This record gives sequence, C-alpha cells and structure tokens, in this order.
Amino acid sequence: MMRFSTLIKHPADWMIGGEVDNAVVLTSRIRLARNVRLLPFPGWATAEQRRMAMQEIFPVIQELRPMKDAFAQPLSGLTSVQKQVLVERHLISREHAARTEGSAAVIERRQSLSIMVNEEDHLRMQSIRPGLNLRVAYDALNELDNEIQSSLTFAYDRKLGYLTTCPTNLGTGLRASAMLHLPGLVLSDKIGQVLNAIGRMGLAVRGLYGEGTESLGNLYQISNQSTLGESETQIIERLERVIAQVAQHETNARLKMLEDDRLTLHDKIGRSYGILQHAWLIDSKEALNHLSLIRLGANMGFFPLEIARLCDNLLMEIQPAHLQLHSGRKLSPEQRDESRGQIIRSHLQNVHTPAMVFSQTKSPPLSDQPLDLDL
Amino acid sequence: MKCDFCDQKATVFLTQLIEGQMKKVCLCESCAKTKGVTDPTGFSLADMLLSGMPTSALVANAPFVPTRSGGGKKCPNCGFSVDDLNRVRRFGCSECFQAFRPEVELILRGMHQGVTHVGKVPPGFEEIHARDEKLEELRQQLEDAIVQENYEQAASLRDQIRQLELPLPTTTLP
Ligand SMILES: [Zn+2]
Ligand SMILES: [Zn+2]
Repeated sequence: MMRFSTLIKHPADWMIGGEVDNAVVLTSRIRLARNVRLLPFPGWATAEQRRMAMQEIFPVIQELRPMKDAFAQPLSGLTSVQKQVLVERHLISREHAARTEGSAAVIERRQSLSIMVNEEDHLRMQSIRPGLNLRVAYDALNELDNEIQSSLTFAYDRKLGYLTTCPTNLGTGLRASAMLHLPGLVLSDKIGQVLNAIGRMGLAVRGLYGEGTESLGNLYQISNQSTLGESETQIIERLERVIAQVAQHETNARLKMLEDDRLTLHDKIGRSYGILQHAWLIDSKEALNHLSLIRLGANMGFFPLEIARLCDNLLMEIQPAHLQLHSGRKLSPEQRDESRGQIIRSHLQNVHTPAMVFSQTKSPPLSDQPLDLDL
Repeated sequence: MKCDFCDQKATVFLTQLIEGQMKKVCLCESCAKTKGVTDPTGFSLADMLLSGMPTSALVANAPFVPTRSGGGKKCPNCGFSVDDLNRVRRFGCSECFQAFRPEVELILRGMHQGVTHVGKVPPGFEEIHARDEKLEELRQQLEDAIVQENYEQAASLRDQIRQLELPLPTTTLP
C-alpha cells in the first residue's frame, strides 16, 4: 500500500493544471453521497456498527480498479497533522478528519479520485479535474459508482433517489462545484453583481471573506444547491454554462483593466511581487491576497505562465498543516508566518520583475457589457 | 459583532449567496478554529458549515448527536425516532424514509428543484423493481386462485413465484 509521504510528495494532477486552461477556473469537483441499504448511517450508528460497516465497505473500495495501488488508510492510523494535510488538499473533509472510529480514506495515486468511508454518509466519493471539466470529473466518478454497486446494494428509493443522512443531498447525492479565481471582477468592483446573478439562479457561491464581498485570494466556489428533481446531466450542464459565463466576464474584466487602467494594474502586481519577495513574516491572508495578484499577473503576461502553476502549488504549501509537515514539527502561528515567508521567498527569488504589458487589441468592444448572466 | 456560535467577538466572516440573498456567518477566533475557518482556502469547511442551509439553520446544523432517547414513532430497522428527525433533520438509515414518509414530504417542501428523483437509477434496479412488481401480482393471483379453489392454476402460479424468487444480492443487517 502507498505510504502517506509518497502520496503527499507530489502535487495532485489537478493542482498543477498541466495542459489545461485554468486561468480562471482552477478546478472542477464532483462529489457523490452514497449509503449501504439497511445499515444505520454513520451519525446514528454505534461505534461497533460503524466498524462493521467499514469491514463491509473498505475491502470493496480497495478492490476497485483505479484504487488498486491507492493510499488506503483507516483514519485512526493517521496523525492529526497528516489528516489536516489531507483536508488542506481537499482530499477529505474537515468533518471526516474529526472522526476516527471506523472511518477511512482511500485516495487514488494522482489524487483525482478519493473516497471517504463513514463520513456523514457511508461513502463520500470525490473526483477532481483541473479547469472547467465537470462532465469529465462526473464520468470518472460515475464509473466508479457503478463498479461499487456490483458489490454493495446502495440505499435507493424510486421517488427519492439515493438516500442520504441529510435531506439536502437526496436524489442524485451530487454536489458539483468549481473553484474560480476572480481578481479582475473584484478589482473592477463587478464581483457583487456577478455573485448576485449566480445566487438568483439557485446556485451557491462561497468564499472566505475578509469584509464586504472580497474573498481571500479572490477565490470563489460555485456549486449546485439542489440534488432532487434534476438529473445529473441537467445539474452539470447548468452549472458549466453559468461558470463559463462567469469566466468570460472575468476575462473581459482583466482585459478592460489592462486597457483602461494599465498603470494601476501594473502597480498592484509589482507591489505584491515586492512584498512576497521580501516578506519574512507573512500570515495566510496577506500571502493569499498577494499570490492572487502574482497569479493574475502570470496569466496576463506580466510573468511567465509557469509562475501561475507555482502560485497554485504555493496555495497548498503555505497552509498551516503543510507548513508543519514540511518542517516536521508543530509550529506556533508566528513560526508559521516565518516559515511561510521563507517558502514563498525561496520560490520567488528567481522570478524576474513584472514585464510591461499592454493591451494587445486596440479597441475591443468590451466596454461595459451587461453583467446579467442570461440562461 | 458577535460570533454566531457563542458570545465572543466575531473576527471571521463567511458569506454565502443563496437564491440571491447574501447570508453571512460570523465566527470568533476559537469557533473559527474549531470549525476550521482559519484554513485559508477553507472550501471544504464551507461545505460542511453551510451545506445549503440558511444561516438560521446553522446552529441546528451543528454535528449530529442523536440522543437515543427520542420519543414518538420509531424506524423499525434502526430505531431512529421521529423526534430525533425533527430535531436534527437527519435520518438514521435507508428504511427511515419509509417509516417517516409524511415528515419527509414536509422537510422536502421548497428544499430542492423538485420532489421526485429524475437522475441516475442504480444498475439492475429496474429489473429488481419489475420483478418485485411481478411477484406481487402473482401472489395476488395465487390468493384468488386458492379462494376460488382453482388448485391447478394455484400450482402453476406457485411454480412461477418460486422461479422469480431466486436470491438477489442484498445487504445483510449487522
Ligand atoms: Zn464563537
Ligand atoms: Zn431507520
């Protein structure tokens, strides 16, 4: 079986993007909730019943073709820092990390498929892909789901669909989401309008906010709310359509900034570059906000494109548990700020000062497009 | 501003848009830590915290700790009670949904796009379902045949039922 250190040594496929365009949509994620018929759900089961459910489910998962050489581990066998690292990589949920008795995680080598056993439901399966690729992510997971169903009988009802612990997941048990980087919309003050338009369509937008509508690192997650009354395809297609439109608005906003306010943009990117290259103590919030601008810069030609990949990797590496895993010991918040600064400086030391970038098209018809997302 | 989970001063703000409404969750330093909000890209946390619930439901949406002393109607398979269901808005097992049909309908009102599943059907489910319906029909005919003392037909029906009753993969109770 794969060791934890082997799993974590490399960034996930979906983190580094590869050939996929992830300038605006970083990742696409699909999650399916499933339960075994008749077995009490994990939240209601006794510790003994949870262990028995695990004995029934865990071997089935390990036998799945994509999981043959996977990392498969009962959570009781992991330290709290290790569990936290998996949470920071979005491979298990925080709620799952808090459970131990009869819970397990199975994570495919490339980290694009993962299964939590005995989370809120018996099975929470997840598929992640770089860029806007919800359909591809779903197809991979659907195949896995079918394979499991040849060994386990899932709780299913003709009218209610797949049965889940929480009624918000009934039906398809499907949560589709994408993580978007929206600095253009934030800097041009259009983010509020766009988020409102998305919300009106019954979709959820989430971010971690400092204040107002700004999110840390200008990162937002858009996901479906409803799981019943729509098919998987309907849910995914609607979401993909909305996300593609948001991404288009973001791209337009970036181009418009370059056209209308090139100096301000250059100034912001240059300052972030200066701070990150010379900060010795930096907290997550500050680091994320400056990395966001470096990432924007890389996607707009201020830095080589691979610097955007570097930023995506740093987004993971500067999180608390990753820092502690990296240093091999528990760190106080101040020590973390020091270690974070050191890691960022070392990665940025050979990055050249931002290039001058000009709008390439003389006068594209971008000015003040309506922000309504029409569907 | 106060923390939504305790009385301390809120320092972390999490916002979510639901149906065009901006819902804000305010947390203090320590609640933010226990709920994992300090995770800078805490999306998995947001999943857990908000999971599609309006802010007012958040506190009720705290970790699911059933009492095992709940009263009222109980699920025959797992013993989960209707009182627990109304309190935590969670279910105990697959059979709870049969046991608490009327409550399920109430809970689902306005929660999703619809109230009937139109998505994936588990592989083989239609066959199993069709077989169960056929069996039900044959058993009814068998009863009628016996009442009418039509023993020849009853024997033939019994054979058909036996044929259909061959075991199917099912999960056993612990
Ligand atoms: Zn608090
Ligand atoms: Zn039950």
